[in-house]
Amino acid sequence: MAMRVTRSGSARPQGGGWELAIWYLMRLTGLGLFVTALGHFIIVHFIFDPAIQNANWIETHRWADAAWRTVDWLMLSFVVFHAFMGLRTVVGDYTMGSARMVLTMLLYIGAIVIFAMGTMALVTFPFPVRP
Amino acid sequence: MLFRYRGSEGMLAWAFHRVSGVAIWAFILLHVFDIWLANVNPKLYDDLLAIYGSPFGRVVESLLGAALLYHALNGMRIIVMDFWPSMTRYHKQLWYSNWVLFAVVGLPILVQIMAPAFGLKPPFSFGG
Repeated sequence: MAMRVTRSGSARPQGGGWELAIWYLMRLTGLGLFVTALGHFIIVHFIFDPAIQNANWIETHRWADAAWRTVDWLMLSFVVFHAFMGLRTVVGDYTMGSARMVLTMLLYIGAIVIFAMGTMALVTFPFPVRP
Repeated sequence: MLFRYRGSEGMLAWAFHRVSGVAIWAFILLHVFDIWLANVNPKLYDDLLAIYGSPFGRVVESLLGAALLYHALNGMRIIVMDFWPSMTRYHKQLWYSNWVLFAVVGLPILVQIMAPAFGLKPPFSFGG
């Protein structure tokens, strides 16, 4: 009987190169996000109520510690790669030719913009002033 | 149609993974923008936050949490089958155990998020 594998992930690319590296990185960032993104959701929706999380709360609680900013920057790195490379797979499945190329390029540009905006927020957000 | 496709559970797992993934991607765009805004224009961010805390916002956050939890659990299912190919035989069992975990983990979070929308105190308190 032929292989009747029902699965939801893409098969491991053969022959190495970029596509194989991306395939592994999708799984690696996925594992990273399992910890960081689920942890993040638990913190901002379960432990704390979203209603209290104004800009001042972020400054004095969430991001008062550089360690938390580092964790969030790791999560940002994981999610930009994982989300935009995931969208690249979706675009690849439903488009071809120049449309695929243009949309993929737009995704890469979008990934750079989002990564820059997130990094900018993490780095330039003020730390609480301590007396 | 969706249920008659011969891929059955595997096909549904794939379809849900894709839909939840695209939804989370869209939210990431919004979320990085709003955190960027929190620094550039805190006042505008606080206005936006009022939506996040509203009953409508809480419904959307619950849907986001569901998408995130499903995508995370099914992602683990994919990783298990990728690196332990013999487990592919049990892909249906993995899919159903995902839904058990989804319900067990998701329901308390759902109650916690939605309680304020009904004027109730969130059931779990962390003394902060």
